Amino acid sequence: MIRYQSFFALMLLAFLPTSCTRGKGVKSVEKAAYGSALVEVSGSKQAASVGSALDQPLIVQVNDDKSTAAANVAVHFAGPAEVRFNPSVALSDSSGQASTTVSMGNSPGRYRIEPWIQDRNGKKIGLPMDEIALGYEQVLGREIAKRYCNRCHDQESTAERVSNYDNLKTKPHALSDGDTLNKMTDDELVSIIAHGGPALNRSAEMPAYGYTLSKAEIQAVLSFMRAVSDPPYQSKGVVYAQK
Amino acid sequence: MICHRGQGGATSVEEAHNSTDAWEEPLLPARYLEASCGQCHLNALAGTPKLNQGRTILAAYGCSRCHNITQPDGSKVVATDDPPSLTQIAEKTTREWIYAWIKNPQGYSSTATMPNFQLSDDDARDISAFLIAQSTQPATGQKSAASTDAKPTVADAATLYGESFCASCHAVQNAAGTLVGGNFGPELTRIGTKARHEWMLRWLHNPADYDLETRMPHYRFTQAQIEALAGFLEQKTDPDFLANVHLSAATPDQVAHGQKLVTEYGCASCHDIKGVKKPENFAPDLSRVGSRQLAQILFKPGLEHNLPAYIAAKVSEPRSFGPSLKMPVPNLSPAQVEAATIALLAQTDRAYSLPASLRVPAIRQTSYEPAGQAGKLIRDLRCFSCHQINGRGGDMAPDLTSEGSSVQGPWLESFLRNPNTLRPALIRRMPKFNLSDAEVKTLSSYIMTVYQTPEFDQDSGSEIVDFASVERGRQLFYSKYACQSCHIADFKTDKGYIGPALAEVGSRLTSTWILHYLKDPQKLRPGTLEPDQHISDEDARDLTAFLSTLKAKKLEARR
Repeated sequence: MIRYQSFFALMLLAFLPTSCTRGKGVKSVEKAAYGSALVEVSGSKQAASVGSALDQPLIVQVNDDKSTAAANVAVHFAGPAEVRFNPSVALSDSSGQASTTVSMGNSPGRYRIEPWIQDRNGKKIGLPMDEIALGYEQVLGREIAKRYCNRCHDQESTAERVSNYDNLKTKPHALSDGDTLNKMTDDELVSIIAHGGPALNRSAEMPAYGYTLSKAEIQAVLSFMRAVSDPPYQSKGVVYAQK
Repeated sequence: MICHRGQGGATSVEEAHNSTDAWEEPLLPARYLEASCGQCHLNALAGTPKLNQGRTILAAYGCSRCHNITQPDGSKVVATDDPPSLTQIAEKTTREWIYAWIKNPQGYSSTATMPNFQLSDDDARDISAFLIAQSTQPATGQKSAASTDAKPTVADAATLYGESFCASCHAVQNAAGTLVGGNFGPELTRIGTKARHEWMLRWLHNPADYDLETRMPHYRFTQAQIEALAGFLEQKTDPDFLANVHLSAATPDQVAHGQKLVTEYGCASCHDIKGVKKPENFAPDLSRVGSRQLAQILFKPGLEHNLPAYIAAKVSEPRSFGPSLKMPVPNLSPAQVEAATIALLAQTDRAYSLPASLRVPAIRQTSYEPAGQAGKLIRDLRCFSCHQINGRGGDMAPDLTSEGSSVQGPWLESFLRNPNTLRPALIRRMPKFNLSDAEVKTLSSYIMTVYQTPEFDQDSGSEIVDFASVERGRQLFYSKYACQSCHIADFKTDKGYIGPALAEVGSRLTSTWILHYLKDPQKLRPGTLEPDQHISDEDARDLTAFLSTLKAKKLEARR
């Protein structure tokens, strides 16, 4: 498998210079295809199950030194060996944007990927960002969250699901709200899911799910929340003794 | 071996996990892992969203109309798409439309499940010629008696389209290019370019008159409403769609060639077509495709040398394996291709060899048929398209199996007359069928008598409640259980709209149902979102007392 991937990369690299020159030839009025800045349009901090492609493509924009969009610049998508990009090199279009589909690696966790371009002097300009691969339990948690939690905890409405966020007196935290949730322990979060808001002296608008969801299901939701937490959740690990 | 596959035991990590081109069964890549669950679990598992989606795709995109897919328990994957009969196609649309459609179905509707056969111009010309030739022809010269007086305006028609909740099933592209509406029926953005006027009138009058098998209900529209709706829909045109279609009259040779092509491409696997027999075993059997030997597979250059990669490529770009292949290109996104691949990888020899006791069978639709006059109405209104009753029907709307135990008769009658009241935030809602009084009576009395739950006795909960109990129930509703975060008891103060509004629940539900439902929601409505809060008998009684006082003024006045 690895052999084939490097084969593809070689093919693309071999093909790339010709397509660049062709691009230049057609649009001779345009300046040489270099960019001096790379900015994200959309697609970072997404989550997909291990090995799978992210739902939305990763889109970045190349700007030149006047901060206007630069077309025909080769954007290289790089990351850990397990992460696959389709395509792994893309030329920015007339609005300066390049897009790729990102497939996650085979172990759960965060993957630091880095699209990069070369500027006029051949210097590498990178744009590091994180994507999240979900393990089995976390995927299970995501499905449960979609069904039971997101209707209130997700502010965004879709055509299929109107968000109830605005109708609540006490505004729920997004499940990825690390600033708040990272300060809470696993036990506290399990307790608030199982016994409802009043268990931690919070709003009764958060109902108790302890008789609707099993212990394993609540654990799965917790695991999912920790996985997508932003900023990332740092587990304290096992604490053997307090100072 | 069962879950991760692989070559079996090894003495080094590389030997166990890596792969070479020669390996028959390397470890299953992580993204396809759910396929292994599907070997034993033929039902939908909560933990395997992609496998479930894949199995739905195999049915919803009609894969099983050409490919036989038998599950290890002996049941077959049954297609759930709705390809129309083509024996009357000339009455419905023009040859030009057929030509443009079969060349690129997704050009007409981006969500169309009809796959792209990548036909040449000549082949599309001949197939369209044959399809028109084999069809019954539209009646010519016969003008429908147009009632010129009191014609409703276009604005009225748009309101009627909204009130009839056409959008529950049909989508239309808005100005921003996004589809708004359901995907149960065909997209209507360009319907005016497709449908003939006479056909449209006939269809809106009663769809079953044209297509007996249709999933669309029989709305009881008046003639004026039908004409207004038809006029409204016919304005939804796209002149670009047929701009480049110029067909001269068909020659007999073209018709004959079209018939040959229709036979060769297996069109009759999905559609009824006069003069072409439904082919049998048209495409390879996929029942055990997850165990196909690599030696039997022709890989195309550049493709990874393993089974998952092969199946995914076959699903996403079948024609790339050779110019003479007939399999059309299905309209699937990369994520859907991955899901379909997972569902196919689950079809292994091992799944068949496992003892039946280890198998969790799939839940299949029953063949339940309601009886008598009401049964006839239920079929005419196509209730099963959206509602499930006794294990048969769709999942778009609530299960009605115990509807008679939960609602009150007068409310049900008024709801059938005008369903425009429950859950105002939903896009998919029950349409107004314009039923006659007699029809309403027939339906409601059948539902009230027959669809009873075995969980409780209807007369068991009618105890006398006092004012203190009601007041305590109100307190519980607003403070202890904070029901108002999801339900509206009073439209002036409450805003939650996840659950149905309860402002008139005292006239809608029986107090016995409310009491039992509060104590164990999942028991009465399996899968409901309402959390089971283990409400005590006392709290449940008081909450019921409070909710029962929330009456509908209109209904009470009629009593």
